[in-house]
Amino acid sequence: MHGLDFDVAHLLAGGLVLVSFMLLYQDRLYAMLNVYALHAVVLSLSVGWQAYIQDAPHLYITALIALVFKAIIIPVALHRMIVQLGIHREIETVAGIGPTMLAGIGLVGLSLAVMLHITASADLLAREDLAFALSVLLLGLLIMVTRRNAVGQVVGFMSLENGLVLAATGAKGMPLVVEISVAFSVLIAFIVIGIFLFRIRERFDTVDVRALDRVRGDRR
Amino acid sequence: MNGLFNGVSLVLIIPAIAAALLAILPGYRLSARLNVLASFLTLLAALSLFAWHRPPGTYFLIDDLNIVFIVLNTFVGFTTSVFSARYIGHELDTGRLTPNYLRFYHAMYQVMMFGMNLALIANNIGLMWVAIELATLATVVMVGIYRTHEALEAAWKYFILASVGIAFALFGTILVYMAAVPVVGEGLQGMTWTILIAHVAKFDPALLNVAFVFLFLGYGTKVGLAPVHAWLPDAHAEGPTPISAVLSGLLLNVALYAILRFKMFMTLNVAAIAPGPLMVTVGLVSVLFAAFMLYRRRDIKRLFAYSSIEHMGIIVFAFGMGGPLANFAGLLQMTMHSLTKSGIFFTVGHIAQVKGTQRISEIRGLTESHPVLGWSLVLGVIAIAGLPPLGVFMSEFLIVSSTFARNPLLAVALVLGLLVAFGALLLRLQGFAFGEPTGSRAPVRASYLPIFAHLALVLVAGIYLPPMIVTWFQHVAKMLG
Repeated sequence: MHGLDFDVAHLLAGGLVLVSFMLLYQDRLYAMLNVYALHAVVLSLSVGWQAYIQDAPHLYITALIALVFKAIIIPVALHRMIVQLGIHREIETVAGIGPTMLAGIGLVGLSLAVMLHITASADLLAREDLAFALSVLLLGLLIMVTRRNAVGQVVGFMSLENGLVLAATGAKGMPLVVEISVAFSVLIAFIVIGIFLFRIRERFDTVDVRALDRVRGDRR
Repeated sequence: MNGLFNGVSLVLIIPAIAAALLAILPGYRLSARLNVLASFLTLLAALSLFAWHRPPGTYFLIDDLNIVFIVLNTFVGFTTSVFSARYIGHELDTGRLTPNYLRFYHAMYQVMMFGMNLALIANNIGLMWVAIELATLATVVMVGIYRTHEALEAAWKYFILASVGIAFALFGTILVYMAAVPVVGEGLQGMTWTILIAHVAKFDPALLNVAFVFLFLGYGTKVGLAPVHAWLPDAHAEGPTPISAVLSGLLLNVALYAILRFKMFMTLNVAAIAPGPLMVTVGLVSVLFAAFMLYRRRDIKRLFAYSSIEHMGIIVFAFGMGGPLANFAGLLQMTMHSLTKSGIFFTVGHIAQVKGTQRISEIRGLTESHPVLGWSLVLGVIAIAGLPPLGVFMSEFLIVSSTFARNPLLAVALVLGLLVAFGALLLRLQGFAFGEPTGSRAPVRASYLPIFAHLALVLVAGIYLPPMIVTWFQHVAKMLG
């Protein structure tokens, strides 16, 4: 393991966690989409770097998917949808920025403590990657639970999924990574197309706790 | 039986071709029939797997465990397609679905069957994950197919929770791979189940522990276990009833199958935590929670959805207890629950259609207004509540008695849950089945065959279980450890 190889991989994976934190405190839809595009670019760089240092050409495909699909197509599609549906405004968040950030820091601390502890025998790069990936995953989950808006939740889910791709590429020689990233892209495309086709304007107003209560508690 | 067309490939190829055909063919009668035909052929292909004796390949595996799941899966898939043909015709008549949506519905039905079959025969934990994701996606779309506000809400909730669950499961899968690499080397063998199980004793236990927690949480969401069950009642209540039947009868089982496969890893690695206590706790919580929730239900499909949570809890509890007897009972309970619950949903589907409502308070006196449906429902509820002589009674009795022998306190808690659920179901049954009939008395054009087939199987299994099945299940129970 060269020093530089490791440092760059470390930098990019750490950068992904940082961008996750940036996503955490966005309270406007457009800003959220822009930060998500940045998230995908960082992921793409990170995967590309892994492909280079692991000498695994198939990972370039995953990097390309991340760049083209996640950093360009999806944000643009969501952006247009927001314009068409006229919902560009602030997102209602469940808790304030301060507590959310503190919770995020706690989650990152937790994932580092867990992953670094259990992967003591694995090689250094994989350890760090897994720890960062779990952080991104948990932060994505936090983003999802703190938004009351469907687009906000989708962006949270997509960042969570980026963490998984990071973990999968970090695990050296893991098979099916490309297939899994394609499967995830299909999943995301499904949601985005689904939201769009159903043209559920009011759903963006109502994917919040109150509306869910209505369904949960045997309405009528 | 050689070359490309053998049982294993046919179980996948038939649904795939059928899905493609159904997506382009117009006309609901034709597609409904084609759907039935394809499901029947898949069932035949699945049955041919009993004669399959070949070593596992890189991607596919047939062993005594998954053959039980595959045959059950394709059987209920077939009977549900028969029920669905009649049910969907009615939905078309009342205008709840348009022909275009139906084309989509039938195609998705086969995509879902394909996904579930692939997940069951996969010998690769990554492939299994992809397949379960595919099946989930197909069901999400079908839950939202009515496009009412509630249906979309349910589909969204299902989608978000299932996606998070699936994401956790993938993280767990990656951790298993990480644990495998130092022992079996990089590449495909690090994900091939048969290779993993052969070497699992040498894996790093700490990694395996964390992996199992993620996998259990992830796939457990799809099983509908208590803290992460919230999607299940909504998805059952708002989607078309054939989908409720396959969700309860099949998809929950597929996720359970994934958990069982990984549980076998944990039992073989002595240094890792025992998966039993975790499964027993979560199972018991699900049973108790669902049992009490049954009392507050006002929607008939939601009622049986909670009953599914309860039964999945019992099954996970049984597998968590482990040992030949409890595993045997768990397998039996799973089979009986699949058959009974989908049978109940067939009945409920027709009832909700003829009465035009799913509200429990508006459905009364069924045995008088629609005797066949009414008594089928009575029989179904008696079966699912665990009364003798039906099959569920036998499996629940085995689970309780084997638990009593090992841990009486746990058994008491389980029996409490069972009794509470029993009370709730009988209370509700009283309302549906007897008294002055309400609502429409119009004769119903129901497809009785699937209902009778399921209930008859459950009844027969309760009275006489063929020795062949008993030995088969005993063998599988030993495999599960």
